Amino acid sequence: MTSPEGIGIRSGDPACSAESPARRDFLAAAFLAAGGALLAPTLSQAGTSIASRFVFIILRGGLDGLAAVPPYGDPHYAGLRRELAIGAPGTQGGGLPLEGPFALHPSLRFLHESFAARELVVLHAVASPYRERSHFDAQNVLESGLARPHASQTGWLNRALAALPSEALSGEELGVALGQNVPLVMRGPAPVASWSPTQLEGPDEDTLQRIMDLYAADPLLSRRLVDALEADELAGEAQSGESMPAPGRQRRNRARGLAISQDVIRVAAGFLQRDDGPRVAVLDSNGWDTHANQGAAQGPLALRLAALDAGLRTLKEQLGATWRQTVVLAVTEFGRTAKENGTGGTDHGTASVAFLLGGAVAGGKVIADWPGLAERELHEGRDLKPTLDLRAVLKAVLADHLGVPTRALEESVFPDSADVRPLQGLLRA
Amino acid sequence: MSESVAAAIAVNRFGLGARPGELAAASHDPRQWLLRQLDGEPPELKDSRLQGSAEILSQAWNLRREAGSAGAGGGDEREARPASANAAQQLMRFYRRIYVAEATARVRHAVTTDRSFLERLTHFWTNHFAVSVDKLAVLGLAGSLEREAVRPNVLGTFADLLLAVERHPAMLFYLDNPRSVGPDSPAARAMRRRRGRDAGLNENLAREILELHTLGVDGGYAQADVIALAQMLTGWSINGERGRFEFRPAMHEPGARKLLGRRYADAGYEQAEAALRDLAVHPSTARHVARRLACHFIADDPSAAAVERIANAFLESRGDLPTVYRALIDTPEAWERPLPKYKTPSDYIISGFRGLQLPVVSDRHLLGSFELLGQQIYAPGSPAGWPDRSADWDGAWALMRRIEWADAIGQRLGSQRNAARLAPQLLGANLREETRKALAHAASGAQALTLLLVSPEFLRR
Repeated sequence: MTSPEGIGIRSGDPACSAESPARRDFLAAAFLAAGGALLAPTLSQAGTSIASRFVFIILRGGLDGLAAVPPYGDPHYAGLRRELAIGAPGTQGGGLPLEGPFALHPSLRFLHESFAARELVVLHAVASPYRERSHFDAQNVLESGLARPHASQTGWLNRALAALPSEALSGEELGVALGQNVPLVMRGPAPVASWSPTQLEGPDEDTLQRIMDLYAADPLLSRRLVDALEADELAGEAQSGESMPAPGRQRRNRARGLAISQDVIRVAAGFLQRDDGPRVAVLDSNGWDTHANQGAAQGPLALRLAALDAGLRTLKEQLGATWRQTVVLAVTEFGRTAKENGTGGTDHGTASVAFLLGGAVAGGKVIADWPGLAERELHEGRDLKPTLDLRAVLKAVLADHLGVPTRALEESVFPDSADVRPLQGLLRA
Repeated sequence: MSESVAAAIAVNRFGLGARPGELAAASHDPRQWLLRQLDGEPPELKDSRLQGSAEILSQAWNLRREAGSAGAGGGDEREARPASANAAQQLMRFYRRIYVAEATARVRHAVTTDRSFLERLTHFWTNHFAVSVDKLAVLGLAGSLEREAVRPNVLGTFADLLLAVERHPAMLFYLDNPRSVGPDSPAARAMRRRRGRDAGLNENLAREILELHTLGVDGGYAQADVIALAQMLTGWSINGERGRFEFRPAMHEPGARKLLGRRYADAGYEQAEAALRDLAVHPSTARHVARRLACHFIADDPSAAAVERIANAFLESRGDLPTVYRALIDTPEAWERPLPKYKTPSDYIISGFRGLQLPVVSDRHLLGSFELLGQQIYAPGSPAGWPDRSADWDGAWALMRRIEWADAIGQRLGSQRNAARLAPQLLGANLREETRKALAHAASGAQALTLLLVSPEFLRR
């Protein structure tokens, strides 16, 4: 492969956005070098109205649904939760009122505003089909979309993207994972990008060309390299006009272990706002495994919820007009024990909550077939009992919002889910 | 298979990557080269800045006492909650200094050791029994867990390794056990009487012992077993002032327990030790450990036969680790090509340092490399440890970071190293003709070095 002339590429450098036409030439050449190994979907011309967008947030570690959305009106709640209980709205440190017996944790102020603005659906007593208590297997089920752990090397969201009709595709990558590696939910046949902040400078374009040559006989590496260059380009444009976050700020974020990075949210919004950008973004949020001293209205979990809430607010602000076409779904792998454990925390449980948020959501309601918290009503006498299969929500969003064909949903996306009907009425008509 | 192919596999797949000259040394008898590393005591890390965990913890105790926050009742309660922000910062700085010294010593040893198979095994076990420095107490103790519990037992039995790890303060703090109180223990009853507060179990350590350290998630245990083991483990704690393991009878849940159908009489501390010794030789543990070893050294999806061979060696020897390692070496599948595994960022950086014989000096810069490439030392973020499948590491973002890192190394050292001459010494029979040509025709010494470090055969093993 010969070098196209006059290209200056510095990967990871936001200033490279000014050179993107040249970068495109390089990428075109790179596609050829990859020996056609890439599945390049048909490019539609950027239209005037942007296609629907979906943001999937995985809250890893097991979010305590009874803290995030306290059922303060349940007669057994305060007794089970003791020092962890969130009080009724209007009391000191009390929750923010929703409807029925439910409130939002006082840290979730943006979500509360969104509920009032009819842009938030709260789903309670929801769970994946997994019924054991291992984080790692539970996340695997949550992401693979199959009923058993480790039954697939691909994720339901990638399989759903792969099933989209080609005219529904807006750009080269259908999705982007905001993280250092692509999580299972986004792995599979459909091309996806991954992006995470970096500090190193990149090699010059001649070296990149030679590396591409070096990978000519290696389909995996050549595809990864093309994906990486494309993602850096998109990220550069998303950040253009803004300088990279100051190192000091990044360090502070890391030290505090925030639930989700504001910088990552901004870049995600940048990706999604482009007409030909990815339609789906996946974000990871860690640290929800609150075994000890989780606190109630204040404390470590309250701080983490506040950071998540702030991140979602930033996402809405940054998405601008695209928010109208956006659905955000935040889920966790399982909930936590109904009862406070011996160390001011909660252990691994079963059902939890999910948040469906966005301009395209028909919000302002809590969907919960409330099982109750009396001991005989708890799953195995200890956990909130699941009454809603998370796949009913996922199927509805994929079908009604992204336009994934029903047949694909039943056959390839959630193959074990024939008895799980999509939940109706989640999205604006 | 030719001895040159076997040598490249022994040094790069089982070891941490060739240093110049190492392939030649291994090529006489590659299997013997590996087996010899299992002879003799495992080496200790020699570095005057390293301290034992007891010393670290008693210094931390004194720091907290000076800050006025250490009172009666033990140090563990206060571990995560020092009195003031200033005291917290002091403690963080103290732990941070220890962490940097530990992580640097670990890298230096991995880069220079001539028993790199043994070192890979050490890293494997540290990851099997993972703790993560995002918990403050672990920041100062993760390195000592590896030095005090893993290294001395890497050539011993699995039972000794397991017990040493579970008794170590890093693991006890990481998985909350010092806070776990038997609900019917004297301590819990006293708390209820005096303060009207309930104290009780924390299942964290018990669950991860069963799920991750021994039986594996499909190993045949139930929620009742988790609770039984958690009850047996109550009282396993740390004496904050002396910084050592301590059994606290007052916190221990009285009574006999049933785990996996077997009854354990209440013998205080010995109750949980007996349970752990049985778990250590359980058939599910043998299979779980064998699967993880095979996945780490052989392939993402090793054959059932390979796993069975290693599991049988484990069972028949009652967890004698050198016997298990010999079964791994004897597995024909472990010697096959094409290269089945993508290096983890840590193995990638270490193999780069070994191959180029880079000095391990600048602490900050050095440890930053691991972080930038996605695998900060001792920070897997969860008790499951770092993931171990190629797909967990071979993402586009991650590849670009390796290219950038290799580019930085090339810029710095391109004039001092001859990549074309080094390549056969590092990659041996794995070196492809395309790579050899690319190195010969590179525009500069710097570029050649970068290309060598990002070549497919250097990214894999």
